[in-house]
Amino acid sequence: MQMLFFLCGMLTVAFVVCITMYLVIKGIPAVLTIGPAEFLLGIHWQPVDNEPEFGILPFILTSIYGTAGAVLCGVPIGLITAVFLAKSAPPRLALIIRSAVQLLAGIPSVVYGLTGMIVLVPWIRNIFSLPSGATLLAAIVVLTIMILPSIISVAESSLKAVPKEYEEGSLALGATELESYWRVTVPAAKQGILTAIVLGVGRAVGEAMAILMVAGNVANLPNLFSPVRFLTTALAAEMSYAAVGSLHREALFSIGLVLFLFIVMLNVLLRLSAVIEED
Amino acid sequence: MNEILRINNLNLWYDSKQALQNINMRIYEHEITALIGASGCGKSTFLRTLDRLHDLTPIVRITGEVLYKGQNIYDPDIAVTQLRKQIGMIFQKPNPFPMSIYDNVAYGPRTHGISDRSQLDDIVENALRGAALWDEVKDRLRSSALGLSGGQQQRLCIARSLAVEPNIILMDESTSALDPISTGKIEELALKLKERYTVIMVTHNMQQARRISDRCAFFWLGEMVECAPTDQLFNQPKDVRTKLYVSGSMG
Repeated sequence: MQMLFFLCGMLTVAFVVCITMYLVIKGIPAVLTIGPAEFLLGIHWQPVDNEPEFGILPFILTSIYGTAGAVLCGVPIGLITAVFLAKSAPPRLALIIRSAVQLLAGIPSVVYGLTGMIVLVPWIRNIFSLPSGATLLAAIVVLTIMILPSIISVAESSLKAVPKEYEEGSLALGATELESYWRVTVPAAKQGILTAIVLGVGRAVGEAMAILMVAGNVANLPNLFSPVRFLTTALAAEMSYAAVGSLHREALFSIGLVLFLFIVMLNVLLRLSAVIEED
Repeated sequence: MNEILRINNLNLWYDSKQALQNINMRIYEHEITALIGASGCGKSTFLRTLDRLHDLTPIVRITGEVLYKGQNIYDPDIAVTQLRKQIGMIFQKPNPFPMSIYDNVAYGPRTHGISDRSQLDDIVENALRGAALWDEVKDRLRSSALGLSGGQQQRLCIARSLAVEPNIILMDESTSALDPISTGKIEELALKLKERYTVIMVTHNMQQARRISDRCAFFWLGEMVECAPTDQLFNQPKDVRTKLYVSGSMG
């Protein structure tokens, strides 16, 4: 019986090791063939030209900008919602909001993409009079909505774990409720809130399907109002037609490796901040 | 002997359960008033009404008056933040904020708009001196308040209260979580504080009430049974319930 528990536990570790090794083995050769600088810093991605170019800087920057945009919009909204839910929402309303958040978390990303494509993209086209509404802006809006549930629920539970005594102490000094929440409760919950943000970033960096449908999918350097392609969408869109054994296909594996490193870095940052917090 | 608080016909309900019944009482300036009684008799509930700390609990309903310098603190026109600035509260469990010692003490003054650095430095030093903590922490004002011992944390909470210059300091069993030596320090401090402030303390410990209070009120099942100078309450109680309680045969 002990063995079963051990094996199930090790299975997860095995998956992580396998995926890491696979990505490294499949992803390194193309980087070496193309040249690391050319691959990471090149701004042209023309994999099937006569003289193919494999610069993924547009994808990297788009992923960074898109994620940063989603975090900039999503974190304030999510945090304020979490404070409201944890501290001042009337119980009935809190129940409604919480169910909505859970539902939002459960919507498949393809549905986000579809709604974005049919509703959001035409809006953006009309409001900003653009030739097409499928832009970085559309992707940021969709990502913002997608990361809200994890930010809200993780931040809420960490805010709820802050002892009530802190708030009472602050109130007793003549601070208002709002001041007490922002100056005492939120800082006291900052580790949990940081985790919430990193989860949100992770979701935004890794999302492919929804933004594939709203971002326009052109390998431009990122601009809020032009169609762009993310690391994830480059992979998802091109894997189907990249010829087996070609450099193009191998370069896509390298993109996968870059994406993977992004996520690893995020996790390391989170661990580091937790360690610093403890000191 | 100036009256600073007068409580008139104060009643309090949690939902439909009445926790305080028709309390009438006076509190005098520069005295330590001790509230004694068995657990659940309403003394802490009563103490919290004096700082309007029940405001956040929607199921609580209060009738009657608490007059602070002649003005009813439950008057809708009263600015509750200004009131709480003047009536400080020290809780049962030390509750320093998870920030530095300095920031804890500076929290109140900053809340009330003081941002000048040297002014804050002065306030922090005076408050810590007032709470008899300065010598122990002056070299580590920037380190976390959570690293202090329980007794030090409680004195820090007192310093935090003093920093907003209150008139009344409420103490809700503030020594019950502390060891005897720390308790002794807080008691000593309370005696010093009453020279400048008015202290109202809830205590479980009859000896403590006897040692340091000037006036003592005995609570029983939500009623304030008897309030008298401490000697009188312990030696010649008027009410038979007080008599039984202070002699240790009821409670």
